[in-house]
Amino acid sequence: MPCDDAGKVTDVTQTKSTPGGRGTLYRGREGMWSWVGHRITGVGIFFFLLVHVLDTSLVRVSPEAYNAVIGAYKHPIMILGEIGLVGAIVFHAFNGLRIILVDFWKQGTRYHRQMLWAVLVLWFVTMVAFSVRHLMIFFEGWEGF
Amino acid sequence: MTATNSEATLPAQGIEAPRSGRIDPKYLRSNPSKGSFEMVAWVFMRVSGAALVVLIFVHLWTNLMVGDGIHQIDFAFVAGKWANPVWQFWDLTMLWLAMLHGTNGMRTIINDYAEKDSTRLWLKSILYLASTVIIILGTLVIFTFEPCLVDESGTLLEYAPSFCQNVVN
Ligand code: HEM
Ligand code: HEM
Repeated sequence: MPCDDAGKVTDVTQTKSTPGGRGTLYRGREGMWSWVGHRITGVGIFFFLLVHVLDTSLVRVSPEAYNAVIGAYKHPIMILGEIGLVGAIVFHAFNGLRIILVDFWKQGTRYHRQMLWAVLVLWFVTMVAFSVRHLMIFFEGWEGF
Repeated sequence: MTATNSEATLPAQGIEAPRSGRIDPKYLRSNPSKGSFEMVAWVFMRVSGAALVVLIFVHLWTNLMVGDGIHQIDFAFVAGKWANPVWQFWDLTMLWLAMLHGTNGMRTIINDYAEKDSTRLWLKSILYLASTVIIILGTLVIFTFEPCLVDESGTLLEYAPSFCQNVVN
C-alpha cells in the first residue's frame, strides 16, 4: 500500500513534485522520460509514414519506378534504418499500451513504473529477435554493393 | 505547487488526476467549448493505438519476417497482396488510422510548442493539408492499382506477377 506509518510514501509516485522529491506521474524521472521517448518516436513514425505512402504510390507510376525506389530499402544502410524504424514503432506501441493501461486499468497508476520496465524488457527481447531475423534474411539474399 | 483540488486526488495513490484545473494559463490554447472534441480525440488516440498495434505488427511480419523478407518486396509482391481484398482492406484501415492518429498527435505537439497564434495556425494548416493529400493519395493507390500491365502490343510487362498469365491472353 502507498503509505506506511508516518505517511511516508513508499509507492511508486508521490503527490507533489517537491524539490528533490521523486516526481509525479508525469514530471521528472521515468514518467517524463517515457513521455519524451513516446513523443520523439511518434513524430519520427509520422514523417516515415508520409514518405512511405509516397514511395508505395509509385506502383501507380510504373513497375520500374517502384522497383528502383524500393530497391533502396535493400541497401545495408537502409537495413540499419529499418531496424531503427522498427525499434521506434515497437517502443511507441508497447509504451502506448502502457499509457492505455495507466488510463483505464484500476491499478494502472500504481504500477505505471513497473509497467515501464516491462515495456523496456519486452522491447529489448522483440528487437533482438527482429534484428537477428532481419539481418539473417538480408545476408542470405545480398548480392553485394 | 500546493494549490491542489483534493476532490481530484486518487484515493489509493495520492496522485492528482491530470488536468484537474491546475493548467498554467499559458498552456490553454482554446476556449472551453472545444471540450467534447478534445474528449473524442483523447479516446480516439487510445482506440486507434490499440488497433494499430495489430495492424502494423502484422504488416511488418508479412513484409519483413516471412518469405524472403526485405528482398521479396517489389511490384509483383504488392500486386500479389492487393489481389486479395483482405490486404486491401488491411492497408486501407492502417492508412486511415495511422494518419489520423499521427495527425492528431502532431496537432497536440504543435499546440504544446508553438506559442504564437499565427504560428500555430500556419503549422496546423500545413499539417492538415499534408495529411489530407496523403490519405487521399494512399486510398486511390489501393483502389486504382492495376497488377497486370501490358504494353502497346498487348503483351504482359516482365514485372507483372505470375498470376497475370491466366488473366491476360
Ligand atoms: C521497413 C518497414 C516497412 C516495409 C518494408 C513496408 C512495406 C510496405 C509495402 C511493400 C507496402 C505495399 C502493400 C503491402 O505490402 O501491404 C506497404 C504499404 C503500406 N504500409 Fe508499409 N512497410 C513498412 C513499414 C510500415 C509502417 C511502420 C507503417 C505504419 C506506420 C506502414 C504503413 C503502410 C500503409 C498505410 C500502406 C498502404 C499505403 C497505400 O495506401 O498506398 N508500413 N508497406
Ligand atoms: C503501434 C501502435 C500505436 C499505439 C499503441 C499508439 C499509442 C499512442 C498513445 C496512447 C498516445 C498518447 C495520446 C495522448 O496522450 O492522448 C500516442 C500519441 C502519439 N502517437 Fe501513437 N500509437 C501507435 C502508433 C502510432 C503511429 C503509427 C504514429 C504515426 C503515424 C503515431 C504517432 C503519435 C504521435 C505523434 C503522438 C503524440 C505524442 C505526444 O503528444 O507526445 N502513433 N500514441
